[in-house]
Amino acid sequence: MRSPWPGDTMRACSSMYSRLTRWLVSLPPTLFLLVFFVAPSLIMIVASFRFPGDYGGLAPLVADGHWQVTLETYRFFFSDFIYTEIFIKSFGVALATTLICILLAYPLAWLITRSPKRHRDLMVLLAILPFASNFLIRIYAWMIILGPQAALARVVNGLLASFGLEPVSLLFSPFAVLVGMVYVHLPFMILPLYTNLDRHDPVLLDAAQDLGANAWRRFWRITWPLSLPGIYSGSALVFIPVLGMFAIPEILGGTGDILIGNLIKDQFLGTRDWPFGSTLSIMLTMAVLGCAGLAAWFARPRGGRHA
Amino acid sequence: MALLELCNLSRRFGDLVAVDDVSLSIESGEFVTLLGPSGCGKTTLLRMIAGFELPDSGRILLDGRDLVDTPPEKRPLNTVFQSYALFPHMSVAENVAFPLELAGKDPATVKARVREALADVHLEDKAAAYPHELSGGQKQRVALARGLVNRPRLLLLDEPLAALDAKLREEMQHELIDLQREVGITFVFVTHAQDEALALSHRIAVMNQGRVEQFDEPSKIYGFPQNRFVADFIGNTNMLGVEVIEVASDHLRLAVPGLGEIVAPAREDARAGQRGWFAVRPEQVSIGTRHDAELKNHFFGKVRDFIYVGNVTTYTVELANGTQLEALLPNSAPGRARFFEAGDEVTVAWRHDAGVFLHV
Repeated sequence: MRSPWPGDTMRACSSMYSRLTRWLVSLPPTLFLLVFFVAPSLIMIVASFRFPGDYGGLAPLVADGHWQVTLETYRFFFSDFIYTEIFIKSFGVALATTLICILLAYPLAWLITRSPKRHRDLMVLLAILPFASNFLIRIYAWMIILGPQAALARVVNGLLASFGLEPVSLLFSPFAVLVGMVYVHLPFMILPLYTNLDRHDPVLLDAAQDLGANAWRRFWRITWPLSLPGIYSGSALVFIPVLGMFAIPEILGGTGDILIGNLIKDQFLGTRDWPFGSTLSIMLTMAVLGCAGLAAWFARPRGGRHA
Repeated sequence: MALLELCNLSRRFGDLVAVDDVSLSIESGEFVTLLGPSGCGKTTLLRMIAGFELPDSGRILLDGRDLVDTPPEKRPLNTVFQSYALFPHMSVAENVAFPLELAGKDPATVKARVREALADVHLEDKAAAYPHELSGGQKQRVALARGLVNRPRLLLLDEPLAALDAKLREEMQHELIDLQREVGITFVFVTHAQDEALALSHRIAVMNQGRVEQFDEPSKIYGFPQNRFVADFIGNTNMLGVEVIEVASDHLRLAVPGLGEIVAPAREDARAGQRGWFAVRPEQVSIGTRHDAELKNHFFGKVRDFIYVGNVTTYTVELANGTQLEALLPNSAPGRARFFEAGDEVTVAWRHDAGVFLHV
């Protein structure tokens, strides 16, 4: 039966049309994520329960009519404290990197928002300019800067010698790893912080001052709490990649400075123990999700809408 | 001694003189409005009192003490900003508690004073709400409560009603008057809306191009404008070019070219032979068909057109010399909204004590 109202048909058509559009628009990314994220994740989960192949890779899943699955890799992970220790160390490095990034990025982001409008884009560009050159080359450059023959090491060791202390190696040390981590991830903290600070209404600071707040209190009571969303997103952008980073510890760190990323990489490319590599990877993902959940709980909105 | 004394304040921005040699004296408990068109310097003046701008010259005395070296956070006065400037990450109660906490009040006092301040603005039930959950009028009230909670010597209000719709604005006007009377704190209010200024203030400072044109009670500002700017800016007015013929102790005789003579209220500083303007309000001009002997000033004319706005009708009458005069007639007789039509021959007249003579 035809609707007596011509508008109904049209409305039905347009709602169907908009639903169709929504599907068409979201289909490519959905497919992409299914194929390149969900499927590999599932493969990885399954792989963590399998046996390693004789020459690396994985042993067949079904042999002699039996499923070849085991919890061995998980038992192995928890049986040796060294893995937990590396996890803890990695989280420590990630946390330290994030905190140092906040300390360095905050004044810089603040400075950019306080600069005349015509300079701001240039300053943001300068902050992200390092991305224009290759990541590995920039890390190797730090090898030269921190190297034993470089001016920096000479000055530091000269100072130490004047206090009668033993010379130290800057390169291949936890210090070098931290420097590299901070250097690479700093822009990821600057950008969200700048975007956040830029949206603050300056009249709020006037109001706070008018009500009796000095510069210090204006910062702690107004600017800082309003910038927390920027801190949170910047921290996520720094913390998580640092956890999985293997190139920087490998190039700048010493033998004792390996992190989870290196451990996982070694399982696939060195030891060729794919099931254990998968397990480590899953444990890392779980730990990150746990952290994210904890952070979300800490940063849960308490009714206030920020900025 | 006046509560707030502004002495020869000036402030320029490059070539622009925002505030030009302003002197004002505001008494304790007064509701004073700075009124003027945008760019007249009223906001700059307010920001100088608050301390956000420093004067190039002049002094700001509060209780006789010079404020120029006191930063905004140390001045015993608060501001209500046009955009309210409520802290979005704090609840209503936290916003209002903010100045008390900064002043180092103990938690019990803070709690009691916050409750009191919210009661003053009828927002007791919104203490836990956040600014984004409030309506414009409610935000306005929180800003007022926050500004008043620490009992400042002076509350500055920067166009606080501008963002509200007409009905709410009128409501808030009544609330502002009541609130000011209740707390007894001196209000300095900035606006470009003359009806707001007339309705709220004890005294109005009309500002133009950085100067105070007139500082007086609303009825004096409206009834006896000191110069052409004030007469033009406040309300509607009829302006006739005139020349002074005679200066008497109780009246002036003025000549209107091509029309005749007007008897106007006396003005001490008028001199015979002087040219100037005669301003008379439309509601002071009566319109009729017969000559009314009681009214000394009357002229014949023809109705050009009229605007009916419900409670009154405004007629535009063209006089013999081509001058157009507005006369306002209240529509008090039921069913007789219109008395005259365009083209009708009429007389317009006004009392000898109506209107003012203004210098050029």
